[in-house]
Amino acid sequence: MTATVTDHDNAYADLLGSDDAHWAFGHLPEIQQGEDPLAGVDTTVPAGLDPAGLAAYCLFLGDDALVMSHRLSEWCSNAPDLEDDIALANIALDLLGQARLLLSRAAAADPSVVPALPEGSPVPAEDALAFFREARDFRNVRLVEVPHGDFGHLVARLLLFATARLAAFERLTAHADPVLSAIAAKGVKELAYHRDYAARWFVTLAQGTDESRRRLLAGLTEVWPLQAELVATYDVAAETGVVLDEVLAAAGVDRPAVGPMSGHGHTEALSRMLAEMQVVARAHPLGTW
Amino acid sequence: MSEWPLYEVFVRGKRGLNHVHVGSLHAADDAMALHNARDVYTRRNEGVSIWVVRADAIAASSPDEKDPLFAPAGDKVYRHPTFYSIPDDVPHM
Repeated sequence: MTATVTDHDNAYADLLGSDDAHWAFGHLPEIQQGEDPLAGVDTTVPAGLDPAGLAAYCLFLGDDALVMSHRLSEWCSNAPDLEDDIALANIALDLLGQARLLLSRAAAADPSVVPALPEGSPVPAEDALAFFREARDFRNVRLVEVPHGDFGHLVARLLLFATARLAAFERLTAHADPVLSAIAAKGVKELAYHRDYAARWFVTLAQGTDESRRRLLAGLTEVWPLQAELVATYDVAAETGVVLDEVLAAAGVDRPAVGPMSGHGHTEALSRMLAEMQVVARAHPLGTW
Repeated sequence: MSEWPLYEVFVRGKRGLNHVHVGSLHAADDAMALHNARDVYTRRNEGVSIWVVRADAIAASSPDEKDPLFAPAGDKVYRHPTFYSIPDDVPHM
């Protein structure tokens, strides 16, 4: 016989149950804190795939997630209200999780991408890639690295980013590398929420007050020149265009009349961001976290 | 900013049969309240379903009425089905 116990002091007591299986995702194992996120996964690169090419591709996908995650995390305690503060932190953590998996996948596919560390350093490959590379070695697009502006800027940037990345991840679920396709399958659910979050706020701000609309349009105009590089890198111009047109129509907003930002490589904002992000890890290359 | 209305949040867990009150939040409308509830109250994989309701739409009993409402039930022990012996093969009791 099972007694029904209700803990009135803890509203969550009944919610969690005792089944830990709900933490697992896809056919990747659950990640424990500080553990290799790909522990237990067969990371052999399938025949017919170029390991160096796969590693480079995972690095670009991972760097975008890592840098965007860091920019979002800068919003902690600065969002317009508590609920959105938590929402942005959730999105940042989703992307950090994607970055961990992708950087680990890159390192496993081609160990030569991992920077050399002092003999005996316990720093795992994903951390070596995140914290011990220079800005010039990061593969991320410029959209994710520019400094954050106001909330309107954030919503515009997140909408462009999540729309393009979701389209790319939907395609990547069929990738020949089973590890990358599993990472993509997990990411699709996360990115669908990120895109929904950004699109809802995009329409809300556009249809809100004169001030909210003005600031959203200012933010959109600022990030729009970086959109061309984003969709070209992800190769999702068509899918992205359809979705964006829908959101823009719902918001009553025209595509900004600004051309793409010229050139390639990084803006100077990336090295400043990395300096802050990497300083502690670099000060303790033999540290255990 | 004028304050957004207060919503009460109810979450049904994976194993739960009913929605349980877990807290409250502010949101501009019902849709935002649902999304905020997802972000604030289901971060640790608690839920499979969310209800939100504007706090001002809830009619609540007053603490002043506590005795007239609840005290009369205190001495009616015969209303509890505790005088039956439950066979061992009856589950979920």
